Amino acid sequence: MRIRVLIACGVLWVPVWATAADDMPRTPSGRPDFSGTYDIATLTPLQRPERYGDKLTLTEDEAAALANREATYIAGRNAPTDPERAAPPQGGDGSTGAAGNVGGYNAFWIDRGSGGFQIDGKWRTSIITDPANGRRPPLTKAGTAAAARRAKMYRPNKGEAWWIKEGVEPGPYDDPELRPLAERCLLGFGSTGGPPMLPVLYNNLKRIVQTDDHLMILVEMVHDARIVRMNAEHAPDDVRSWLGDSVGHWEGDTLVIDTTNFTDRPALSGATRNLHVVERFSRLDEDTLLYQFTVEDPTVWTAPWSGEYAWPATSSRVYEYACHEANYSFGGILRGARILEQEALAQTDDD
Amino acid sequence: MGSGDLLSYIWNVKHWLAAAGAALLLAAPPLTAQGPGFEPSRFADGKPDLNGIWQAIGSAHYDVERHVARSALMLRDGPHGPLPAVEVLALGAVGAVPGGMGVIEGGKIPYTPEAAKLREENRARWIERDPEVKCYLPGVPRAVYMPFPFQIFQNESSVFITYEFAGAVREIYMEDVGPPETDAWMGQSVGSWDADTLVVEVTGFNGQTWFDRSGTHHTNQLKVIERYSLASPNHIQYEATIEDPGVFTRPWKISMPLYRRMEPDARIMDFKCVEFVEELIYGGFRRNPLPRGASE
Repeated sequence: MRIRVLIACGVLWVPVWATAADDMPRTPSGRPDFSGTYDIATLTPLQRPERYGDKLTLTEDEAAALANREATYIAGRNAPTDPERAAPPQGGDGSTGAAGNVGGYNAFWIDRGSGGFQIDGKWRTSIITDPANGRRPPLTKAGTAAAARRAKMYRPNKGEAWWIKEGVEPGPYDDPELRPLAERCLLGFGSTGGPPMLPVLYNNLKRIVQTDDHLMILVEMVHDARIVRMNAEHAPDDVRSWLGDSVGHWEGDTLVIDTTNFTDRPALSGATRNLHVVERFSRLDEDTLLYQFTVEDPTVWTAPWSGEYAWPATSSRVYEYACHEANYSFGGILRGARILEQEALAQTDDD
Repeated sequence: MGSGDLLSYIWNVKHWLAAAGAALLLAAPPLTAQGPGFEPSRFADGKPDLNGIWQAIGSAHYDVERHVARSALMLRDGPHGPLPAVEVLALGAVGAVPGGMGVIEGGKIPYTPEAAKLREENRARWIERDPEVKCYLPGVPRAVYMPFPFQIFQNESSVFITYEFAGAVREIYMEDVGPPETDAWMGQSVGSWDADTLVVEVTGFNGQTWFDRSGTHHTNQLKVIERYSLASPNHIQYEATIEDPGVFTRPWKISMPLYRRMEPDARIMDFKCVEFVEELIYGGFRRNPLPRGASE
């Protein structure tokens, strides 16, 4: 097996080396060198807004409008607060988004980039490219049921223990294990660690260190290091891990990563332990990687789906993201729920 | 000079072989093994190749000082001498501390009297205070000799280390990045080469980590200068000089070998202990808490 792998690599490798007359950074062994730090923030959404239909690209004007909208939003959020304003009402002012109902985050925290991304000089309408409408394929029956369960459990906090009133058992805050992985500091949110690694609201840096045998991808959020073993076999089926088991190989100048062996709760929302992700790294230009992925989870989606986006290099450094060490909010969330439950039960007694 | 010439000769031959093609390289006789003649695998610029999965063996993670075995990490007074504290009693022999000759030059940490007193308090309340118990990032040098493997990723321009415990990571910046812009559990690491030794200066700590399970604290003025030297194809000689004017009367030095994990399927496994300590930290906030102690 090992000998066959070596021979296969040799056949692929020699011509690549021989024709490497480009400016692409390469390792001494002749492979494209993807080492670097990348800021993958983008305003282009994962799923295409339905108004674009099957349209893959944006015009220059549409792309400029996307960037302007964000710039205006951020400028507005950064404007000084009216010193004469009244205190927010008890229970929050009803604002939505990352700031939450009580103004948890201001614009300082938010960094989803300043524009969309281009591939071959064209702005894109979405990260997803397959299906052709740029949206995830329909859910299976099981996927639909699971999504309905999640929607029922995860609701905005309105300051009351609705699960007591509605008799939902178990309640969404009953145990730490029932809370989202990001709230628990187990993984970053929104599939930032992936795979597939997707852009999120903030902390979008990725640090790649490539050697001949490994590709290490540091995910800024929750300092998750994905270790891709090159030309290796997957771990046995009973060895499961949060970011899955990743093995890589070269197809010409493209690095292909195959990931399986997930736990019951992969980073990708909705996915199950049957998730299978194939990622492909190649180079768009000297400063930009092309990141492509295909997601397969027949338990959840009726078809595989694929996407691609640009990873621009950055001179930023990745600072430590010590999530768990300062996770004061998680205990607060659980204790808060206990108080809301006591209030709800007291109310029931009064009735 | 003679040995330098020899190295450069070997070096040139290696390059010539590489240029001549893979077949010749494979056919070349193996270079000499351990000992003074040991020639490490090198990058094109001559830097030794530290890539691999490494792990310390020993009892430094219990106690970096020279120590005989003791019955538990946390002790209380007994009628005839110290006994395991209630919190760790049930662990029996599993909770005992193996002895060790220590990894410190001179055997003892040169704590100031006040700092030594705090170390004793930390020991007495070990289970509440050791950051390892709560799965906090272990800091440096503790991460290096915990009983978990770590992996060095090194290429021509970068050195990066991932640790199995808590999924801790460290970039070793191989360029001047200026003073630390913020403090961190793992500090800020800046590397350089002193001949064949990777020297890493680590500063920018937050002062909340320890050196072992024996209460060995420090402040955020901690400065660690590490030296990683390949001593054979399969072990690194590790040294660290430790300074902290806040708690030590002088700099002190630890050293130990780090061994290559030789299993063909060796790898860094998941050890996201954040999940494992949820019951400890948050279990009391469950809607229906489970018993929290043996007496309940």
